[in-house]
Amino acid sequence: MQISGAQIIVQSLSAENVEYVFGYPGGAVLEIYDAIYQLHKFEHILTRHEQAAVHAADAYARASGKVGVALVTSGPGATNAITGIATAYSDSIPLVVISGQVGSPLIGTDAFQEIDMVGISRPCVKHNFLVTDINELAVTIKKAFQIAKSGRPGPVVVDVAKDVTQTMAKFSYPQEDVVIRSYQPVLQGHIGQIKKAIQMLSAAKRPLVYFGGGVVLGNATQELRNFVRTLNIPCVSTLMGLGAYSADEREFLGMLGMHGTYEANLAMQKADVVLAIGARFDDRVVSSPEKFLNSPKKIIHIDIDPSSISKRVKADVPIVGDVKNVLTEMLSIWQKQEVSFHAHTLEKWWKTIEEWRVQDCLRLPETDDKELILPQFVIQTLAKITNNEAIVTSDVGQHQMFTAQYYPFKEPRQWLNSGGLGTMGVGLPYAMGAYLAHNRQKDVFCVTGEGSIQMNIQELSTCSQYKLPVKILCLNNGYLGMVRQWQEIYYSNRESQTYFESLPDFVKIAEAYGHVGMRITKASDVEGALREAIALKDRLVFMDFVTDRKQNVFPMVGNGKGLDEMVLPIHMRDNKS
Amino acid sequence: MRHILSILMENKSGAMSRVVGLFSARNYNIDSLSVAPIEDPTLSRMTIVTNADDDAIEQITKQLNKLVEVIKVSDLNESRYVERELMLVKIRTIGKDRDEILRLSNIYRGHIIDVTEKSYTIELTGASDKLDSFLENIPKGLILETVRTGAAGIGRGERILKI
Repeated sequence: MQISGAQIIVQSLSAENVEYVFGYPGGAVLEIYDAIYQLHKFEHILTRHEQAAVHAADAYARASGKVGVALVTSGPGATNAITGIATAYSDSIPLVVISGQVGSPLIGTDAFQEIDMVGISRPCVKHNFLVTDINELAVTIKKAFQIAKSGRPGPVVVDVAKDVTQTMAKFSYPQEDVVIRSYQPVLQGHIGQIKKAIQMLSAAKRPLVYFGGGVVLGNATQELRNFVRTLNIPCVSTLMGLGAYSADEREFLGMLGMHGTYEANLAMQKADVVLAIGARFDDRVVSSPEKFLNSPKKIIHIDIDPSSISKRVKADVPIVGDVKNVLTEMLSIWQKQEVSFHAHTLEKWWKTIEEWRVQDCLRLPETDDKELILPQFVIQTLAKITNNEAIVTSDVGQHQMFTAQYYPFKEPRQWLNSGGLGTMGVGLPYAMGAYLAHNRQKDVFCVTGEGSIQMNIQELSTCSQYKLPVKILCLNNGYLGMVRQWQEIYYSNRESQTYFESLPDFVKIAEAYGHVGMRITKASDVEGALREAIALKDRLVFMDFVTDRKQNVFPMVGNGKGLDEMVLPIHMRDNKS
Repeated sequence: MRHILSILMENKSGAMSRVVGLFSARNYNIDSLSVAPIEDPTLSRMTIVTNADDDAIEQITKQLNKLVEVIKVSDLNESRYVERELMLVKIRTIGKDRDEILRLSNIYRGHIIDVTEKSYTIELTGASDKLDSFLENIPKGLILETVRTGAAGIGRGERILKI
């Protein structure tokens, strides 16, 4: 039996067990939308903007560990999807984006709603395809899923010419993985390198594990925890790794980097052997590689992507492989060979760390006005009443950093935000995708700011259509807070275009979309409001917290500074050690 | 330092632009590039000449290997190799210049492949610096047109780049 290309697409997605497709219809994908309507193989979520569709699919992937799927039309649909694709690319999120293309005879004629999607997306995809032959369609979709989720994951675009969706062909979906001779990720670490790493690590006086999003993506949380606990060594996390090691465990020193904790940053700077796991020494982690390497240290680096190793900081022992495999192997050798640290030196290292830790760098700042809402306090309160277990998405800015600092994440995939690209506007679509990924069973909180939320605020409409009762915490200080913080520090307080004089009434906006709006202006009301919002199980609640305008994110490592040159929070400035 | 990278990749539309796009996106320069299918028509081999320090070359090589359609990348500079480039150059040759250019062409083992009353077109092959040197020896103003293929390189002896 022959079926249309559009039906092949729908059947292929179904064969991949796709539950949700996030998208927006248009001319080039009408045939596919008709097939979705007729075949009913998955739920389609109609967002109000293609960017949000891709973000939601990305969040679905982050929350579930599966591949997210988005469907957009040609031309403007495709270009609108680019920010979402680039966001997923920066954080290595497995995604398949199907975009419509004008009919093959029209390609290259500057046709209505034509854009070279393969060309325009090339720098921000793991791979992309243009399908102009129906016989290639099913196998291309198979390859797209395979490439998206294997090795270092990433987004894959499949651009399908409209006539392909209309042509008839026989359908068979490949059962086994398709062999792609030019694509074979290395999954096992080199055993010689692993042994070398163990030797180096065991000789350390001040060992440190520095892990990142790769641990979450590689589902290697358990392996990481076993490893760190068995060796009894301190560990620090990147923004993307938060939750991979439970924040309430003693071994965990917090997030490191530009807004990392005092103890995490100092430990990273002073460590003599750093074991980097699924992390890439991003410039927000180590702003100055030279200063980082000022104090003598050896670096062992495990990553599935060889190009992440020795890109910014040269590794002494590079180990290419899947972090789960490599960590398992390392721990088993460690235990078999009964390797151990010199107990005394490790004790000394821990003592130093505890001295840093008691400084309590995240203590809430003092205020004269007790009713002033500190953004940090809102996050702390959220953590308290959700027992550190909530699914939290954030946008990008000060509120994002406050969340990373003040919400002690326990589990991986609990924290969703745009780390690499830093995309404002992801918060709400991320909450939507995460809520669906958890089968509508878990509370999802979106921490945002009055700047970020306005970048995809139209999705309040999607939430109302599909009854997505996410809880939005808008930390509203009337400023693009992070920009203002930089203007304060680097531009002598010249607040160029960061002050919002015409903010909308968010309560009314929420209500206009059929949701519940709240405005909270007093610190004593924060907890009550959060509890009230959570109690409204079936309603989206938009909480507009009017917060202290002058709060900044500390500690802060300035541009080009070393991790030990933090600008400290006020309470630490006098007795800094 | 000048490096010659040899890249074995799928012979598919778009594969070459991925390679080129990678260089521009990551702010690396391509001095020359030559590419053609090989004995297995599903494969292409590309030779890229670039100038970069060792760390950058390591990064370029790794990034190239990451491209799905790239099968193998080899930095020919890592051991001995030979390189050749083809150049066609049209030179104004009037009066005494005709003998002079002919002699120079012979020295460089060039072939004159087209002759008119006023010009020679010379075919030259060799390492890129040999072609540079030839051009430097032509009196200024006589060169009407040059076209070069970019270097193609191959490892010496047993060293082979194959699937």
